[in-house]
Amino acid sequence: MRLEPIKNPSLARSLLPPASALGVTVVIASLLAMVAGANPFSVFGLILEGAFGSKFAILETLNRATPLIFTGLAVAVAFRAKFWNIGAEAQLYAGALMTVLLGTGFLPWPGVVILPTLALFSILAGATLLLVPALLKTRFGVDEVVTTLLFNFIFLLFISMLLEGPLKDPMGMGWPKSARLIPEARLPRLVEGLRLHWGFALAILSAIAVWIVQTRSTLGYEMRAVGLNKQAAAFAGIPVNIVLVKTALLSGGLAALAGFSEVAGLKGSLTLDLSPGFGYTGIIVAMLALLHPLGVIVAALFVAGIFVGADSMSRAADVPTYLADIMLATALLLMVLAIMLTRFRVVRD
Amino acid sequence: MEIVEILFTASFWAAAIRIASPLIFATLGELICERAGVLNLGIEGIMVAGAFAGWMAVYSGTGLWTGVCVAMLVGMLFGTLHSILTVPFGLSQHVVGLGVTLLATSSTYYAYRLALPEVTSPPKIEAFQPFEIPILSGIPLLGPALFSQTPFTYLAFVLVAVVAVILYRTPLGLAVRAAGESPAAVAAQGLSVTAIRMGAVIVGSGFMAMGGAFLTMSAFDSFFFEMVNGRGWICIALVVFGSWRPGKALLGAVLFAAFDALQIRVQQTNFGSQIPYQFFLMMPYILSILALVVMSRRAKVPAALMVPFNKGER
Amino acid sequence: MPKNPVEALCLNAITKRFGELIANDAVSFSVMKGEVVALLGENGAGKTTLMNILFGQYTADSGTVAVFGETLPPGNSRAALDAGVGMVHQHFTLADNLTVQENITLGARSLFSPHLDRAASRAKIIELSEKFHLVVSPDADVGSLTVGERQRVEILKALYRDVQILILDEPTAVLTPQETDDLFATLRLAIAKGLSIIFISHKLHEVMAIADRVIVLRHGKMTGGARTKDTDKRALAAMMMGVEATPPQVAPVNPGAVLFELQNVTTPDFGNVPGLKSVSLALKAGQIIGLAGVSGNGQAAVADIVGGLHNPSAGRVVLNGNTIQKWSPREAVQNGIARIPEDRHKTGTIADFDLTENAILERYNTDAFSKGGWLNWRRSRAFADSIIDKYDVRCPGADTPIRLLSGGNMQKLILGRVLEADPQIILANQPVRGLDIGAVNYVHSQLLAARDGGAAVLLISEDLDEVMALSDVIHVIADGRLSPEFSRGQMTPAQLGFWMAGQGFETSVAHAS
Repeated sequence: MRLEPIKNPSLARSLLPPASALGVTVVIASLLAMVAGANPFSVFGLILEGAFGSKFAILETLNRATPLIFTGLAVAVAFRAKFWNIGAEAQLYAGALMTVLLGTGFLPWPGVVILPTLALFSILAGATLLLVPALLKTRFGVDEVVTTLLFNFIFLLFISMLLEGPLKDPMGMGWPKSARLIPEARLPRLVEGLRLHWGFALAILSAIAVWIVQTRSTLGYEMRAVGLNKQAAAFAGIPVNIVLVKTALLSGGLAALAGFSEVAGLKGSLTLDLSPGFGYTGIIVAMLALLHPLGVIVAALFVAGIFVGADSMSRAADVPTYLADIMLATALLLMVLAIMLTRFRVVRD
Repeated sequence: MEIVEILFTASFWAAAIRIASPLIFATLGELICERAGVLNLGIEGIMVAGAFAGWMAVYSGTGLWTGVCVAMLVGMLFGTLHSILTVPFGLSQHVVGLGVTLLATSSTYYAYRLALPEVTSPPKIEAFQPFEIPILSGIPLLGPALFSQTPFTYLAFVLVAVVAVILYRTPLGLAVRAAGESPAAVAAQGLSVTAIRMGAVIVGSGFMAMGGAFLTMSAFDSFFFEMVNGRGWICIALVVFGSWRPGKALLGAVLFAAFDALQIRVQQTNFGSQIPYQFFLMMPYILSILALVVMSRRAKVPAALMVPFNKGER
Repeated sequence: MPKNPVEALCLNAITKRFGELIANDAVSFSVMKGEVVALLGENGAGKTTLMNILFGQYTADSGTVAVFGETLPPGNSRAALDAGVGMVHQHFTLADNLTVQENITLGARSLFSPHLDRAASRAKIIELSEKFHLVVSPDADVGSLTVGERQRVEILKALYRDVQILILDEPTAVLTPQETDDLFATLRLAIAKGLSIIFISHKLHEVMAIADRVIVLRHGKMTGGARTKDTDKRALAAMMMGVEATPPQVAPVNPGAVLFELQNVTTPDFGNVPGLKSVSLALKAGQIIGLAGVSGNGQAAVADIVGGLHNPSAGRVVLNGNTIQKWSPREAVQNGIARIPEDRHKTGTIADFDLTENAILERYNTDAFSKGGWLNWRRSRAFADSIIDKYDVRCPGADTPIRLLSGGNMQKLILGRVLEADPQIILANQPVRGLDIGAVNYVHSQLLAARDGGAAVLLISEDLDEVMALSDVIHVIADGRLSPEFSRGQMTPAQLGFWMAGQGFETSVAHAS
C-alpha cells in the first residue's frame, strides 16, 4: 500500500475518519466493559452522568479540566514547534513548588500582589526546568524526548526529598506534605458558593493568549515555521535554536501554571500526589485538540469528563477506572491515524 | 574505603548482572527497532505489559518458560499495533510510541484489577531460581557473579550474541541495517521496507516485554504498579550510549547496573545513610542523561531513524 | 544489432495517473536484445514514472510489461529483478553505513538464508568490475565514495543480479564529460555481452552518441520514435518540446563594479563533500557568473557562504568593499542578496505554509510586515497577491498551501519573493532543476533581466549547457577548488570537462604564483 495526498479533501473526507475514530474507541471501551461483566450502555450512561449529570459533577469536571488545559497548552505549544516536551509533569511540580516556597508565609503580601507574583515565579520555575533539556538539545543535540521524560522521575524524587526534609510540614503528622499556603495566596472562587476557582479563568485566558500569539505574532510565526520545516526556516534566517529555546520557556511556563493553579486554587499545599499524571494526559489533550490552543479547552473538558465520569462509574459499576485511560490512549492513537486519513488516501499498488 | 571494597565482592557484581538483565532485553529490543529506522517509545508500556503477562501466566499455572513466551507474545501484539501505525501509515513515532505506552500501561492495570479485584498485596509466584553452571561458577569472583544467575539472565546474554550475529552476519541483518539507513536502497533491491521495519518493531517489542517479564519472574516474584519505573526510557538512552551496537549496549547496561548496584550499597553505609535516599534513586536517571550528553555528539545515528518511507512519494 | 533480434522487453499501453495528472498515457514500445534505447523527454514528461512502473515500484493503472515474453506481475520489484530487469536510479539508492559489497549483495540472497557467503560474492564482484571496467573496492564504505564511484556501485548492483535489461535514469547528470565517456565504454561492453539498455536522458548529444533508437515522451505521451542513424538533434528537439528549441539570446553587457567578493575563502570538509580551498570569486554588477561543476564538489559551500548560512573558516567575505564580520541569512537578505535555493521543496518553501506565509518568510520581521513583534497580515497578503500577479503564479489564491503548487509556480513565488526586494546580488542555485521548458525559459529571462538591470548574478548549475548559455563568465569548481575565470565562448564543453574532472588546477596555481 501507499499513501497519496488528497488535494481538495471533501467534507466527508474531513469528518468521517475522526468520527469513526471516536466510534471505534467507544466500541473498544464497550467490549472491555463487557469483559468486566458490565453492561456497556449503563457504563457510558454512568460516565456521562458522573461527568455532566449534576451541578456538582460539572464543577468537578471543570476543576479537573483546569490543570489539563495548562498542560495541554504546554504540550500543544511545544509540539507545534516539534519540540517534544514530555516533561510537563515535572514542570507542573516546579510551579507547585515555587508556589509553596513563596506562598506559605515567605511573602506576606495581600492577594492582589502575591497571586500574580506566585504565578510569575511559577512560570519562571517551569521555564527554567525545561531550559535544561532545551539547551541540551540545541547545544549538544541530545534528544529532548528522553531527557524530559527522565526529568519527570528526577524532579519527583527531588520534590519527595524536599517534602520529607526541609519543606515537611511540622503539623503534618508525619505525612510528606508541605505547609499550607497563607489565605492571601489562595486563588478565590470564581463565583461565591461554587467550588470553582480563578485558575479555570486563568486557563481559558491563557488558551486565548496562546492562540493570539501563535497566529498574530512573529514569535508564533517562527514557532510554526520551525515546527513545519526547520531547514527552510534556518535558510530564511529564522534563528531556529533561539526559537526552540523560547518555545521551551513558554511551554514550561504554561505547564508550571497548572501546578500553581492546583496548589493555590484547590489543594492549598504540596503533596506527592498533587498530579495524577496531568503532565502526561496533557499530551492526549493536545493531540486530540490537533495542537490548536482553543481546541485544547474543548479537549481538556472532554478528557476531564471521562476521568471524572469514570471515577463515579467505577464506584457504581465495579469496572476499574483504568477504562478511562484505555479509552483516551485508544482515542489518541486512532485520532492521529484519522487526521492523517483526512489528508491522504490509501492506495493499493 | 568501603566503596572500593564493595567493588571487589562477588555479590555486588552478581547484583549488577541481575539489575542489568531486564535492561539488556529491552535495550536489545529498542536497538533492533531503531536499527530498522523506527523509534519505539512504546518500550515503557510494553515492559509493563510484559511484566504482568508473564507473571500472570505463571500465576495461572503455566510453566516459567511458557510465561516468558506469553510475555513475548503480548509485547509483539503491542509491537504490531505500533508498527502498523508508524510504518505503512508513517505516523509520528513520538506520538504513537507514547500512545502505545499509555495504552499498554492502562490496559495492563485494567487487566490486573479485573484478574485480582480483591487483593491488597499481590500474590507471589515461584520465580526463576539461580542455576550454577558447573565448573564456571567455581571461578573466584567471576563465577558467583556471572555463572550463578537464573537461566533468564543467561538467556539475555545469549540473545545479545544471537542478535549481533544476525545483524552483522546474515542477509536479514544486512537488510535491517540498510532499512534504518536508506530505505530506498532496500526497496531498490526488491525487498519490502514495510515488512522489514514491521518485523523489526514486532520482534523488538517482544524483547522489551521479556525485559519486563524478567522483573516479575526473576528479579522479583510478583507484580506491582509502577514497577518498571522509567526503565524503558533508560534503555532508550542505553541504545544511544551503545552507539546502536549490541555488544556496546550490553556493556552500557552492565556498567549502568553496576552504578545502580553501587548506589544501593552506598546507601546502606554510614556515609550513605546521611544522604536522603531520593538522591540515590535519582542517580540512574541522571546517569542516563549524562550518558546521552556524552554520546550524542559522536554516536552515528541510523540516517533514516524516524523517517517514514512511502515508496510512491514523488 | 544481432541478425535475428529477440524482443527483450515489451511495454504495452502503460497508463498511470497521479490524481488528475496523467503521467503516462498509453505508452507502448519494445526493446530488443543487445539494443540501446534512449528515452528522451523534458522534466515531467513521464520518463521516470514509466521506468518505475517497469521496475515494479509503481503499479500502472492499465497496461502490461513483458520481459522475454513473460508478463511481469505489477508492482513487484522483486519479480522485475528476478526476470532480469535492473535499474540505476537518478538519486542513488545506497546505504552509506554499509560497504560496497554489502550494498551490492543486499537482497541478493533470501533474507532467511543463514549466512552471507562473503567470499563467493566478493569474487563475483571483483570479476564483474574487471569485466566491465568498473573500478571500486568491495570493502570501501559507501559513505566515503565519490559520486562517480557510487554510480559504479549502482551498476555493479544490477550486474551482480545478472540483469538482462538495464535501466539508467539520467546517469550522466552527475558525471563530468570524461566520466560520461567511461560510462559509455562500460555500456558498450555490456551491449556486446548481450544486455539491453534503456537510457533516460534529456541531453540530445548523449542520446545520439549511445543509443540505437530513441523514444520521445512529452506530457506523458509518446510523441515519436526514430533510429539515431535516421535522425538528428534538431528533429529530436522538435519532438521533445513540440517546438524547436531556441537558446536564449544573450547580448553582451559591460560589467560594473565588484559588489561581492570571496577572498581566499576556506571551509571545512563535510563528510565526503570537500570544503572550499582558498576560493576567490568576484561578483560584478551587470554580469552573470556561472559556476560549473559536478555535483558535490563544493557548490553547496559556495552557496552557503554567499547566502549567509555559513561563515568561512579562513578568508574574507567582502560586500561593497567592506569586509563582513557577522554573517547570517538575515544579514544576507538585509544586504540585498536574493537567494534562490537549490531545493525549493525543502529549503525554499515551507510546504504547509500558504503563499502569503511563504512570501514573507525572509522578511517577516522587517518593518514592511511586522511591528513590535506583531505581524501585519493585511500587508503580507497584499505582498503575496502582488507577486502572484506580477510573476504569474498559477494558484487558487494566496491562502493556498504552497505544497499544492507545481514546481514551476513554486519557483515563481520564490523569484518574486527575492526579486521584489530589488536585490543587487542574486544567488541562483540550480534555479531550473526539475522545471518544464516554459518555466525554465521564464526563470532564465528573469535572471537575464535582473542582470541587464545591473544586478550581479551567481548561477550555480550542474547542467553545463545551461551555464554555457547564460553566463558572461564561467568558473569551474572541482574538489573545492575554483578554476580561473573563462569568458563566454572561450572554452569548449570538453575543455570545461577537463577542469570539472579536477585537472588543470596545478598548472594554473603555478601561473598565479
